[in-house]
Amino acid sequence: MAHATTTTAPGQDVWNGGVSPLDASYGKLMMWFFLLSDAFTFSGLLITYGLVRAAHPAFAGAADAFVFSHEYWPIPEKVFEAVPFLHGVSLPLVFVGIMTFILIMSSVTMVLAVEAGHRMDRKAVEKWMLWTILGGITFLSCQAWEWTHFIVGTDTPTLFKDFVNGQWITKEVIGANLHVNQYGPQDFADFFFFITGFHGFHVFSGVLLNFLIYYNTVTGVYQRRGHYEMVEKVGLYWHFVDLVWVFVFTFFYLV
Amino acid sequence: MAHHSEETEITVLPPDKEKIKKLWTVAGILGLLTGFEFLIAFMMHHGPLKTSVFVVMTIVKAGYIVGEFMHLRYEVKVLFWSIMIPIVFIVWMLVAFLYEGMKLSDINFLN
Repeated sequence: MAHATTTTAPGQDVWNGGVSPLDASYGKLMMWFFLLSDAFTFSGLLITYGLVRAAHPAFAGAADAFVFSHEYWPIPEKVFEAVPFLHGVSLPLVFVGIMTFILIMSSVTMVLAVEAGHRMDRKAVEKWMLWTILGGITFLSCQAWEWTHFIVGTDTPTLFKDFVNGQWITKEVIGANLHVNQYGPQDFADFFFFITGFHGFHVFSGVLLNFLIYYNTVTGVYQRRGHYEMVEKVGLYWHFVDLVWVFVFTFFYLV
Repeated sequence: MAHHSEETEITVLPPDKEKIKKLWTVAGILGLLTGFEFLIAFMMHHGPLKTSVFVVMTIVKAGYIVGEFMHLRYEVKVLFWSIMIPIVFIVWMLVAFLYEGMKLSDINFLN
């Protein structure tokens, strides 16, 4: 970590070279600006969700009387209420709450790995990186279960009226994909797949990067290099993935 | 051949108790806020007030993650602001798109 000092002689311009005005390495800066651009991508997805949702009417009745319909946007807690091994029990948002907790915990273990890296403590970096990888894999497994549940659908089909060949027919729909959606307007399912899918892909990439860092730590690459800055850079990415989930949790599941 | 091992020269510093304690405090705050969000989801009626509470709590959580975990709070000012200022565009996009969405709703569901 060649930390150039930012203090310059009076009158000397900080931006004229020879010093590091942002007091951060090239790699860390580029990670920051990549994350900024990634924040724009995720904002694009989440804000478009907001637009499409605002363009649909909300369910007007009491929450207890809610049923799935194409007429209005679904209440998310009525859609996401399943938990593994507890079939048929209505536990709104419990599973997604657990997923949020898992991701926050893996962010904590990551920051502990970074702290250990500052101290050149190879054993501690290995330990915390392993916990972080485990957290990431657990989150991905939870997401796989949630996607499966969303796609397969509930026990009872939703009845939709559809206008086909000049007459109204009633269609039974179970589950959701990019063509049908039992939970409400088609856009709702599409956004579910795109937003959580894009985030899940980030988690997946993060797990791969974390594993690479773990591998390099175990083989002593960073010890020979004399610093653990790679842990910091990938740490930034991993915290960002957690940050995005905080927003997805609020704007997709809670609101 | 002198097999000079560099690894013996590396000094491992002891854990920074102060810093680690602070990190766990932040983790606790994030966990608590998520718990509160979960409770509020069932204790408040749906409406602009509930949404505002969620938005404020989310921004507080984001502040802790970016400021403490990602260490941005302790970076030099130029770096801090070059990350923060572009966020204004996201806020503008949010305002513009939500306004547009409500107008679309007026057009689509007039009947």
